[in-house]
Amino acid sequence: MREYELVIVGGGPAGMAAALSAREHGINDILLLERDRCLGGILNQCIHPGFGITYYKEILTGPEYAERFIKGIHAAPEIDVRLQAFVVDLNKEKIMTVLRPGSMERIKAKALIMATGCRERTREMAHIAGTRPSGIYPAGLAQKMINMEGWLPGNEVVVVGSGDIGLIMARRFSLEGAMVKGVVEIKPTCSGLIRNVVQCLEDFNIPLYLGHKIARICGHDRVERVTVVRVNDDLNEIPGSAFDITCDTVLLSAGLIPENELIEMAGVKIDKNTNTPISDEVNTTSIPGLFVCGNAFKVYDVVDWVTKDSEEAGIQAALYIKRNP
Amino acid sequence: MNEYDLIIIGGGVIGASIARELSRYKLRIALVEKEAELAFGVSKSNSGIIHPGTQNKPGSLKGRLCVEGNRLTRIIAKEVGVDFQAVGELICAFSDDDIQNLFALKKQAEDIGVPRLEIVYKPWLKINEPNLSSEVVAALYAPTAGIISPYRWVYDLAENAARNGVDVFTNTKVTAIESGKVFTVHTTNATFESRYIINAAGLYADDIARMVGIDDFTITARKGEEFLLDKKREYIANHLLFPLPTKTSKGILVIKTSDGNPMVGPTAEVCESKEDLSTSDEGLAKVFASVRRMIPAISERDIIAYFAGLRPVAGEDFIVRHEDRVPGCITVAGIQSPGLTAAPAIAVMVVDLLKKNGLDLKKKFFFHRHRQKTDHLFAIPFNRTKQLIQKDPEYGDIVCRCEMVSVREIKDAIARGARTLDGIKFRTRAQAGRCHGGFCTARIMKILAEELNVPIANITKRGMGSEMVVKERT
Repeated sequence: MREYELVIVGGGPAGMAAALSAREHGINDILLLERDRCLGGILNQCIHPGFGITYYKEILTGPEYAERFIKGIHAAPEIDVRLQAFVVDLNKEKIMTVLRPGSMERIKAKALIMATGCRERTREMAHIAGTRPSGIYPAGLAQKMINMEGWLPGNEVVVVGSGDIGLIMARRFSLEGAMVKGVVEIKPTCSGLIRNVVQCLEDFNIPLYLGHKIARICGHDRVERVTVVRVNDDLNEIPGSAFDITCDTVLLSAGLIPENELIEMAGVKIDKNTNTPISDEVNTTSIPGLFVCGNAFKVYDVVDWVTKDSEEAGIQAALYIKRNP
Repeated sequence: MNEYDLIIIGGGVIGASIARELSRYKLRIALVEKEAELAFGVSKSNSGIIHPGTQNKPGSLKGRLCVEGNRLTRIIAKEVGVDFQAVGELICAFSDDDIQNLFALKKQAEDIGVPRLEIVYKPWLKINEPNLSSEVVAALYAPTAGIISPYRWVYDLAENAARNGVDVFTNTKVTAIESGKVFTVHTTNATFESRYIINAAGLYADDIARMVGIDDFTITARKGEEFLLDKKREYIANHLLFPLPTKTSKGILVIKTSDGNPMVGPTAEVCESKEDLSTSDEGLAKVFASVRRMIPAISERDIIAYFAGLRPVAGEDFIVRHEDRVPGCITVAGIQSPGLTAAPAIAVMVVDLLKKNGLDLKKKFFFHRHRQKTDHLFAIPFNRTKQLIQKDPEYGDIVCRCEMVSVREIKDAIARGARTLDGIKFRTRAQAGRCHGGFCTARIMKILAEELNVPIANITKRGMGSEMVVKERT
């Protein structure tokens, strides 16, 4: 079993920032595991600008922001990168099982940083009633389909939830020639950034239905329409307020859930409401030497803060390694 | 013209079981299914329970076939390489009056031949089902109850039948049947001729019956909504948990599934349409209120998926008969619960009916009884995974992170007949976990397009009309 001083799981912005920072603080035996075929994580599909405003004092796209870190990682011989590497098992001794095409190995980490990001809240978790036809996508999946694969998922779109990804995808669909018929938000206020409301909805005349929810998705093979209702202060349906919107696509932008199933398997204490580690200090968990950074620790609004806090995780791990030789 | 000795209409668990049973004999058999893949009708929303026979009336076809089917399922599942787990069931009593009903239920079940039944009380329950509500005072324990994956069961039965010479046709909807010296079966795909037809058309068995002039039964759809919970909660219950049954239904259950995810449901509502697979807010509220009486720790927060299924109901009991007015036509209709359990016994009964009605049954010299079990990484220990990866690197290339499904398994599923995203999901579990396909759908679409050599725009969720993208940039 190969042992590393530091293993980082996840090669998105959080994992890359943590790796570079740990190296800067004297750790020179680092393994960075990424499940995809390239580093960068979700930034690769975020082709819109708005990244790096506080960290670099520049306006960059997602791939541009990622590129700066990827270059740094490749220039660092102390950081061993493994792509298409998938951690399937983890215990409290920080021993993990890693699958890659053609290999399966056990790896032990003296210190471990989990930078596994989030998954999207699904239609199922939002408990939306109705049928299950094709045409219902988490906004991030739709973003991947359009920006990475060049596929247009649908022509007439309703977005559920006013998270930033949903707003950005409303604009993206409009730019691709699709008709975005509305963004439906159950709360009385928009959950995305103001700049996204202006640039993604108002500039494209896309209606924002605040205080509304989707009561039902209809359609047999493909989505045909959604029923929208207005809600009261308790978020319950106001009788008589229902109306239908015809559409072939429903995008879910109803929040993100930190991916912490591996550390839960290892025995880290997890807050069941947020699915994040229970901890007083940023990036730490109930297992010493096991750190969590980026969106897996808490859901951040902008990547710049992910970078800042993940650099801190690199320092924390370096200190832990030096104190526990 | 496609000529057969026998055509089975309907590729669900009944059609597949009959096909497999008949494939022992020297017969030319076709299995036709209207959907894009087998098991896409009633069978896909089955709970996966192999019932012991505790809740059926003495003298009923249901009761006899359920007890016999439970026994046969264990044997055939082993032969065709499908996991069957005898997890056992508990029928829960909440009061002393209920306990009297448990004894009555036990007596009735023993009369139809259900073995090893036992009434268990709080001390037993506390040890063996620790999350059970303290309000449950006793339970009827039936250790022969078990679970199976309903779709993998159908796919593997059909695959074994095909290995033994049965021709399987999907996207083949029967549109008309002419009865004469032989049956001429018109479909959306081709025209078939055969001496015998078996109507196993599930919700549409009445429509098929009418095509040959049989109109003495109708099928109504009774909807059941079910909710799947995160695999993390696999051990929230150790047994299948039932409340005491009512007249119309076995009640709302806590179900263990072969994939590990607990499931709760189903509701039971008569449905106007045979196509209505919608779920409702009321269904959700009802199911969770009911199951929390048994396991208070069950939470809506753990829901990762939900769906509705339709039970084909034709009166109280199953209909399994030869239509004397239409010689050569066998009807297998109204196969609601416990249809999955009864399926292999129904198949044997159908063979007997065919024999009685003139079909010459000669056993094949060689019948491929066994089918090699499909490898699923989620179901095997790591040392076996390592061997598989060494043999084939694609077992180490993970597509679905939540359920640990590799490229190799996806390609295998396609080679075995998967044509749609749902078909891949049912066979492999890819897209069935907590992210529900958020991360892997695009990759699976690409693998499907590549393996089937079709454009991405042709990839569907579950057949024509359910395409996933409207345009591909060229």
